[in-house]
Amino acid sequence: MGFAFILCCASLGQYFCDNLEFIPFMATSRGLFGSSLARKYWMALTGLFLCSFLVVHLLGNLPLLTGNQETFNAYAHFMTTFPLIKAVSYLLYGSILLHTFDGLMLARQNMAARPAGYVKYHGAANANWSSRNMALLGTFTLLFLIIHMKSFWYEMHWGNVPMYTDADGAVYKDLYTITVAAFEQIWYSLFYVLAMISLGFHLWHGFASAFQTMGWSHPRYTPIIRAFGYGFSVLVPATFASIPLYILLT
Amino acid sequence: MKFTLNVWRQNGPQDKGRMETYQVDQVSDDMSFLEMIDVLNEQLIGQGIDPVVFDHDCREGICGMCSMFINGEAHGPGRGVTTCQLHMREFSDGDTITIEPFRAKAFPVIKDLMVDRSAFDRIIQAGGYVSVNTSGNLPDANATPIEKPDADAAFDAATCIGCGACVATCKNASAMLFTSAKVSQFALLPQGQVEAADRVLNMVKQMDLEGFGNCTNTGACEVECPKGISIENIARMNREYLSASLTSK
Ligand code: SF4
Ligand code: FES
Repeated sequence: MGFAFILCCASLGQYFCDNLEFIPFMATSRGLFGSSLARKYWMALTGLFLCSFLVVHLLGNLPLLTGNQETFNAYAHFMTTFPLIKAVSYLLYGSILLHTFDGLMLARQNMAARPAGYVKYHGAANANWSSRNMALLGTFTLLFLIIHMKSFWYEMHWGNVPMYTDADGAVYKDLYTITVAAFEQIWYSLFYVLAMISLGFHLWHGFASAFQTMGWSHPRYTPIIRAFGYGFSVLVPATFASIPLYILLT
Repeated sequence: MKFTLNVWRQNGPQDKGRMETYQVDQVSDDMSFLEMIDVLNEQLIGQGIDPVVFDHDCREGICGMCSMFINGEAHGPGRGVTTCQLHMREFSDGDTITIEPFRAKAFPVIKDLMVDRSAFDRIIQAGGYVSVNTSGNLPDANATPIEKPDADAAFDAATCIGCGACVATCKNASAMLFTSAKVSQFALLPQGQVEAADRVLNMVKQMDLEGFGNCTNTGACEVECPKGISIENIARMNREYLSASLTSK
């Protein structure tokens, strides 16, 4: 179901990106849609937005590390019901879809740009590994995301979640118990850790790359952005990975 | 020195092509890579075999013709050099060397190692010029003040020789480094301002039409570029393009 939906959106997305001339504004704003650079801008902007989401998501999930059932359930309840968050969540879903489609389109064009490959290609001589494998890392991250959303997002919205009553008598869905149960399965947790390593490599290149794509490059600030990106790509995924590991080991 | 050479042989654009192995000896370590190929070709002619076709012209690193993909790298293992500036002392006696043409859909093989890079010419034609009157009545060169850092950066961008190593080495066969160098050399100077927005839009459009891939900022191009063109030019082009698409009429 999910896959069919994604494929449908992908083909629609592509159709619109290539055929926007019929909308007057689009026809005059040459290049903002459909061109190679336009796709890259959307990749960069959605990518950075997803990075900011990672931070919020991580902060919200920290109660899992302290075993604080009440705070976590209250957070989950707030995130699924507060109107502003709901609005932003649609922006988030849109960004994930756009980042995926544009990534697919760009990767497809890139493969077509060199139909006959080299017999010998020494990629490591001039570029680091993560920068050469963004599509692969992105695909793995997407796979993770589908499983992750099925386990928690889907369950929280439409699944059969047990209820939890806090000290003040308020009743919440008990996502905490579901999460802990999931992470007590060793394979499930290991898959999470692997996915976070993959995400880390994706961000290792992706963070600073987004700034370069937007043209936000400056001899004084670019080194700072790079350093921040490296720190971000290690710290954020590592903290995420520590959640299943913590639950598994305690 | 002695070498085993694995060379791409392709009779014409339609031919499938294949790797052939040849031995060369009596190579001096002072020879350039092209001179080594000359030795190979002499030998092949002696044996009644078609010599290996390859592009070259100046043989001193200024024309950009000598396109070869050597041991998995554009222009071979040297940094800041073209194939004609690569010397055999960079290799060890007895090495096996793989030599292939630059590969990209936009650079079709003509024969053996020679590829058609006229896609670059069409990108230039799309906007790599300034419409100033150059016949008679030339304005005084110093009448328009240009800040030294800008002049230097424009000059650095203008040192691009259009060799295509950036495309050849890019895993996406993207021509962003080349195009951005050509955009930058004008964008940085007052003379380039009149056509600035059209230039970047048209050159990028042509670049896309030629079938080059999309930049993923791996930075491989600036490492392999014989002229040390920096990917800061790509960032500049991205900036120019964004503002041009937002403001052009
Ligand atoms: S940017 Fe460098 S590698 Fe690319 S065509 Fe110009 S000189 Fe050659
Ligand atoms: S032959 Fe002119 S640059 Fe090599």
